[in-house]
Amino acid sequence: MSIAINHTDTFPKILLHHAKTIPSHPAYREKYLGIWQETTWAQNLVQVSSFTCGLSNLGFTRGMNLAIIGDNRPRLYQAMLAAQCLGGIAVPLYQDAVATEMVHVLNDAQIGFAIVENQEQVDKLLEIKDQVPNLHTIIYEDNKGLADYVDSFLHSFDQIQRSGEVFNVDHPDFFLTEALQTEPTDLSIILYTSGTTGKPKGVSHTHQNFMRAAKEACAFDHLTYKDNILAYLPMAWVGDHLFSYAQAMAAGFTVNCPESKETVMSDLREIGPSYYFAPPRVFEGLLTQVMIRIEDAGYLKRKLFHAAMAHAKKVGTKILDGNFVSLTSRLLYGFYNLTIYGPLRNVLGISRLRVAYTAGEAIGPDLFRFYRSIGVNLKQFYGQTETCAYVCLQPDGQVKYDTVGPAAPGIEIKLADSGEVLVRGISVMAGYYNRPDATIESIDSDGYFHTGDAGVIDHDGHLRIIDRAKDVGKMADGKLFAPKYIENKLKFFPFIKEAVVFGDQRHAVMVFINIDFEAMANWAERRNISFAGYVDLASQAAVYDIIGECIDQVNADLSEDDMLSHAQIARFLILNKELDPDDDELTRTRKVRRGFISEKYAVLVDALYDNKDEQFIEIKVKFEDGRDGQISGNVAIRNAKKIGGLVR
Amino acid sequence: MSEANTILRLENISLAFGGVKALTNISFDVKEHEIRSIIGPNGAGKSSMLNVINGVYHPQEGTIYFQDKVRHKMDPTQAARQGIARTFQNIALFKGMTVLDNIMTGRNTHMTSNFLMNALWWGPARNEEMKNRKKIEEVIDFLEIQHIRKTPVGKLSYGLQKRVELARALAAEPSLLLLDEPMAGMNVEEKQDMCRFILEVNQQYGVTIILIEHDMGVVMDISDRVVVLDYGKKIGDGLPADLMKNPDVISAYLGTNH
Repeated sequence: MSIAINHTDTFPKILLHHAKTIPSHPAYREKYLGIWQETTWAQNLVQVSSFTCGLSNLGFTRGMNLAIIGDNRPRLYQAMLAAQCLGGIAVPLYQDAVATEMVHVLNDAQIGFAIVENQEQVDKLLEIKDQVPNLHTIIYEDNKGLADYVDSFLHSFDQIQRSGEVFNVDHPDFFLTEALQTEPTDLSIILYTSGTTGKPKGVSHTHQNFMRAAKEACAFDHLTYKDNILAYLPMAWVGDHLFSYAQAMAAGFTVNCPESKETVMSDLREIGPSYYFAPPRVFEGLLTQVMIRIEDAGYLKRKLFHAAMAHAKKVGTKILDGNFVSLTSRLLYGFYNLTIYGPLRNVLGISRLRVAYTAGEAIGPDLFRFYRSIGVNLKQFYGQTETCAYVCLQPDGQVKYDTVGPAAPGIEIKLADSGEVLVRGISVMAGYYNRPDATIESIDSDGYFHTGDAGVIDHDGHLRIIDRAKDVGKMADGKLFAPKYIENKLKFFPFIKEAVVFGDQRHAVMVFINIDFEAMANWAERRNISFAGYVDLASQAAVYDIIGECIDQVNADLSEDDMLSHAQIARFLILNKELDPDDDELTRTRKVRRGFISEKYAVLVDALYDNKDEQFIEIKVKFEDGRDGQISGNVAIRNAKKIGGLVR
Repeated sequence: MSEANTILRLENISLAFGGVKALTNISFDVKEHEIRSIIGPNGAGKSSMLNVINGVYHPQEGTIYFQDKVRHKMDPTQAARQGIARTFQNIALFKGMTVLDNIMTGRNTHMTSNFLMNALWWGPARNEEMKNRKKIEEVIDFLEIQHIRKTPVGKLSYGLQKRVELARALAAEPSLLLLDEPMAGMNVEEKQDMCRFILEVNQQYGVTIILIEHDMGVVMDISDRVVVLDYGKKIGDGLPADLMKNPDVISAYLGTNH
């Protein structure tokens, strides 16, 4: 199969291409009435062209925006493509947003036409229709429960498709002409940012942004039309648009849509995708399930499982990366692969997986290595909405748990003096929709997009993201200080629940530790260490010892890092009170409020920097019933081991 | 609605177990496509009434007309064949079987192929099962229980079990559906869902429904007409709004305002 480049530079053109070259290959699979129903590329073309004509009959023309709201359904992806065939722009919205949250996006994108999945979404739009003056046409995909809705601006997908079929007969060339008219530089999609800082902004991308990123990414991982993906993440999220739409279109592989949100895990097992994305918490959830069930298994199975896992930990990742491993180890790995790893992958629904990605938050090294050691090619990538989620990818054989890989093909990255990651290349957005001011702010005159993330680039050219740029500070000697990076490293230890690192404008790095009471209490009980409660346990010398070991390990990690070896932890203490959102020490999403904590516990911070061994403190606390109370006591302070030649 | 639309008519029904009079001289009718509720305090004879309708009990006196024909003595199987399906106050599902298999039992009356063919899954039996399975999948889709299709019923929450019971009744494609306290023991959200399903069954498929329910809010909201029983006697019959004003009904069931 050869792809003539200039005929596949927009999504409508590539649809025509696939319908010609792989007509009987499934483009979509959707579980409906308990059966996976396939739509081939040839059928896809017919259905999309009918809907395109129907949409055009309703008055949708070039340059208009089509809102798309719903779970991942083939017809919603088809509607996305239909809008693009007419030279329009798709605007997917988060389907679980409440109606009032949609008002801003619908107005900002001047939405006149919306296609939604079902009655739930129709009801939401009807609720806010008065506040969205431009909205004049709503199309729904699933008729269920909508029989009594008589408003003239409501249309069913079937109805529009049928009207398009009729139109198609009378105007056989219309669709083709429209599809071939699309230019790579036309806008294809507007994805809205989550808006954690201010109102959501519409990130607009052209056909070529996503098409080129998708083609490069497919070539990078050798994805072909024979691959399979499960589309289960929100259509409004850039990752889904890249994986389940752009890459699926670019390579022509099959997109599988689960039956409902609740069935995703069982659908995953039925489909056995070859290409998969999940955030770290999904991988963690899967692993926890396995671990709980293995503890209930019989003695022999349990022993065999643990022996296999120990062996996988030793050689599994090396085998995956193609490094040297002795023949006996390889044979043993092969045996376990037949008896343990293979069945385990099967239970997890990932036995056919060739490439899996994770991103979004830091993934724990143990978790990451677990999947890689049982033969799952789990990798990380880096990117944001503004860069089609395509900036860095980890190449096979060069996977490290704490980097996101080198710059992807077609992308240049460099670091600003502040440590901020700057990106230039094929995937950088056309701009924020109707916000030239914000576009100028984020893309500089050299064409570099300012990501807002701070990172470092290691010897091999791999990028490591350490923090949000605005949270990164400087130490007294002007060197980089990345508190969240160190905190995350600490929090990967099961005994450490929270950590608060200090060091901005200081000569040394200090840390407050919050122990994980459950894990720590369990550990203490098994060693016959008696304790009266949280405060008592947190002050035990044995607990200090084990936390000290964790900190030494983090220091050892940091010492191997040219950019951060100066930021090793000098001294630490274990707080005698759990940090709590009720006391304003954490946000409701459990992020530490460093400034507030350093004021509230100022005496402890001072004691750390004054080289004291102990400090008395009184802390006000709020009980759950609203009463105020007080905790007081001495908090011990310990020194940590510095690794490497640097002196404090 | 004209008289021709009456699907079920009960005339002077009396039912007694020995000396205990469960139902005394009760008459009412049920029109096609309506939701007819039966309310009353505990022991008023509501469930007995349902049992009379689907042939579990045989009244000593009175006549039942179903689809304009006088109904003589008959058993629940015959009632099911005639298009009467029901759910039970205390869930009556096969706990060890999957949701799918439980709903499949609802298709029993629609199966014609013999035991041997079914056992071999051969010839017409195979086609028949596929046809029935499709019907069941439509019901599963309608009631949004795809995620528990293969789960044994015993593992499900009470609310979901109630929904599976409704699914089994719907799988029979009934013309008259008897629901015995479908919302008992449910939380507000589950009740809302169940109300939505009952209304959709009624409106979308045109199924006539006789409903026993204790939640007055639900009864008043979704019923077309209501029958009120007390100690086996009918003390009210009419539109929900009218009954709310009937002093007998208020003192027997809704409580008197002092």
